[in-house]
Amino acid sequence: MAEKSKPEAAEKPRIGVFVCHCGSNIGGFVDVPSVAEYAKTLPDVAYATDNLYTCAEDGLAGIREGIRKHNLNRVIVASCTPRTHAPLFQATCESAGLNKYLFTFVNLREHCSWVHMKEKDKATKKARDLVKMGVARARLLEPQVEVKVDVAPSAVVLGGGVSGMTCALSLAEMGFPVHLVERESELGGFVKNLNNLYVTEKSAADTIKPLIDKVKAHKNIKLYLNAQVKKVEGFIGNYDIAISQKGAEEVKTKVGTIIVATGALEFMPEGLYGYNQYPNVVTLTEFEILCKKKTLPKLKNVAFIQCVGSRGQVKSYCSRICCNVAIKNAINIVDNYENMLGLMEKAGTVLDKVPVEKKVPDEILERRRRRRGRERGEEGEAEEVKLGPSEKIEVTVFNRDIMAYGVEHELTYNKAREKRVKFVRYTVEHLPRVYMEGNQLMVAYFHETLKLERTMLVDMVILSTPLVAQPDAGEIAQMLKVPLGQEGFFFEAHVKLRPVDFATDGIYVCGTCRGPADITDCATQAAAAASRAAIPMAKGYVQAEAITSLVDENKCSGCGTCIQVCPYGAIRKNDKGFAEVIVAACKGCGCCGATCPEGAITMTNYTDAQLLAEAKAALEEEG
Amino acid sequence: MKMAEAPPQHKIQDAKEELKPSTGWEPRVIGFLCNWCSYAGADLCGVSRYQYPTNIRAVRVMCSTRISPHLVMDLFHAGADGVLVGGCHLNDCHYISGNFYTEKRFRLMQKLLQDAGIEPERVRLEWVSASEGEKFSKVVTEFTEQIKKLGPSKVKKDQVLKSKVAAADGASETFRLRALVGKELGLEKQGNVYGMKLDQAEFEKLIDQATKDEFERCLILELSKQKPRSVKELGIIMEVPTDRVLRHIVALRQKNMISMDHPEGFTPTYRTIEIGGEQ
Repeated sequence: MAEKSKPEAAEKPRIGVFVCHCGSNIGGFVDVPSVAEYAKTLPDVAYATDNLYTCAEDGLAGIREGIRKHNLNRVIVASCTPRTHAPLFQATCESAGLNKYLFTFVNLREHCSWVHMKEKDKATKKARDLVKMGVARARLLEPQVEVKVDVAPSAVVLGGGVSGMTCALSLAEMGFPVHLVERESELGGFVKNLNNLYVTEKSAADTIKPLIDKVKAHKNIKLYLNAQVKKVEGFIGNYDIAISQKGAEEVKTKVGTIIVATGALEFMPEGLYGYNQYPNVVTLTEFEILCKKKTLPKLKNVAFIQCVGSRGQVKSYCSRICCNVAIKNAINIVDNYENMLGLMEKAGTVLDKVPVEKKVPDEILERRRRRRGRERGEEGEAEEVKLGPSEKIEVTVFNRDIMAYGVEHELTYNKAREKRVKFVRYTVEHLPRVYMEGNQLMVAYFHETLKLERTMLVDMVILSTPLVAQPDAGEIAQMLKVPLGQEGFFFEAHVKLRPVDFATDGIYVCGTCRGPADITDCATQAAAAASRAAIPMAKGYVQAEAITSLVDENKCSGCGTCIQVCPYGAIRKNDKGFAEVIVAACKGCGCCGATCPEGAITMTNYTDAQLLAEAKAALEEEG
Repeated sequence: MKMAEAPPQHKIQDAKEELKPSTGWEPRVIGFLCNWCSYAGADLCGVSRYQYPTNIRAVRVMCSTRISPHLVMDLFHAGADGVLVGGCHLNDCHYISGNFYTEKRFRLMQKLLQDAGIEPERVRLEWVSASEGEKFSKVVTEFTEQIKKLGPSKVKKDQVLKSKVAAADGASETFRLRALVGKELGLEKQGNVYGMKLDQAEFEKLIDQATKDEFERCLILELSKQKPRSVKELGIIMEVPTDRVLRHIVALRQKNMISMDHPEGFTPTYRTIEIGGEQ
């Protein structure tokens, strides 16, 4: 990191005040010339004037000339809002050789003339006060140097599913070395469970195989299977990470950026609709596995139940993908009925002959056991599932609403209806019930049109459960110091404008770990995250605004409270045990400063003294 | 002749305002506004031309979390009639979690003001987003009205009150209160090192007691800085039972912050040990 050397503090302040009329925007409601005259009476003010438009070229030239002619070392512009115009005036100051942190903005338009349009005297008095406050602040300002930090041009991607692979591949193709860390023994993530993918009708394995092959073959991608990132320290451009891999030495390396693509799991609907209680009650993903392994039992009547555990039951959100996955599978069942039957016969297991007491097939039980183990932190192995066999088939989809958004999904939905898949609505007041009558699996439901409870015989109930956050998302969030949302998914910096960034610079997010998404969504987000991460890496450095925390080691007791409260992980303990600010990671919110029990932390450019001088100037009796 | 020169218009007005005793008084309100939400909301308020009273003087900060109780107490000590703290809505903070800390700090500000004998309604916390221009004008209007109803701050006229506000300011800077408020959120959300989460009611009690203790100790130091005072005298001024004053004095003596000065008759008096500016 570049050493932060402060430029020499300017000698006695010589303040220039430029009061702007902003046409009539300020001038029409505030006596601007009198404010400029008043400014001249304030301490350390060497020059004050008023302009029609300070932001116009002649206004800016006036500032440059003022700095030169009057040897100004502080500049105040009293005009509009710093939120739009500060960069312009700061650049003007810099072009005249004045450090931009010696510039002060006073807001006379948004905060005065425009909100006090009918009381010119009072507005003028307020404008004078605001200028006085600005002068009080300007007198205490110090020049600052912005720290430039090199960014290592390499990335680590957490998770080898579609999102992680797409992201890693994008970055690798841009020429950045990528460490791709996958916790399981093979690439593919959630998708490797799936049978075929909607819209394309192509098998999931065939769809992602080219991606997996490319990732494995790419010279810029270093692949770690059965591995996890165990430690992350540092800040944008300079992350020290440790990757632990089963049966291998821990790998320590340095990366510039981190992309989180840890994916999601399906919700296990324990205790709902006879799951884990009756045979042939499976989740949507378990059904996909059965299809994929071509070990479906003989089916005549199949019921899907949508929104199991989502949209207010257990989880609050809609899982976005399950309607379309269920529709796809409903069509599969109808279309491939003949096909399936043939396969069943080949497999030689006929579920009719399996005693009901045996209930859930062993394979599925085993998978559920492993999943529970994984939630407890035990390691899981790759799953093997076998099952066995039907006549004419009938498919019913119990749903609250069908969310078949967009062009293709609506067409698929229509296709399913053409194929006589029945869509039956239920409401939360009358949830369907799954129960056994003797050896027969049954579904009871309330027919909303007939207003009657009906029952139907079924051979299999498929529960559409939502995607849920990984059980260790919290640990990863803590390690990276990034936030999780209320449902345990990673929380992006801005829902609309920065959807794949974290608020912390240098860390990005994509795929189902930030919320339910289908493969198209995941690939899109992954490509986006890759390009976002590439920005600082391609540039090679980041420049941090010099509004950061500053620790006084003489006062610091090393209690570590600041480290706890910093939302960016921008404070660490140094060798001496004292707090040390990582300037490049600090965003300057000031939480540590207001928290530090010893009062050892202050904010550059927003010191207590500066804030108090500014505020107290407004409390002085006017002389 | 100099005398004949007309004073500038604003001076005449100020003089007039000062002459009018109660009706001409205008509250002095400071508003700390966070750059990303409240300040931007105030900007939008201006752009939309929503009008509000001229009393507020805004100070821009990056985040409302920057506003330590010390800043606010110091302003009340300097005679502010009201202080508004504006931040982003919860869960909407530009700095992720800053405003959750603001909430905790704000509660301490209110407790300290209450202890010092200043109406806690003189400080107000509001969440105003960048899109809530109209809300900003409403908040400022309401708050200004509220301060007008409360009347001018008596800090500048009432010496004891001033000492009390100075004590509140001192208390806001003590290690104990700052550490308690700083760690509260972490204890609430993640628990302590044993993973035990915090019982809120119990913590509230703890903070109340700590605030009161620290305030009283700072007040003793403040009063005994002016002149040596006896326990009884301190008890009367502070309106605190003498046994509690004595307990505080014992604690302060242990920390070497106060010492016995001279006996008045058989009664010892105490004087604050002033720590030199430079050490």
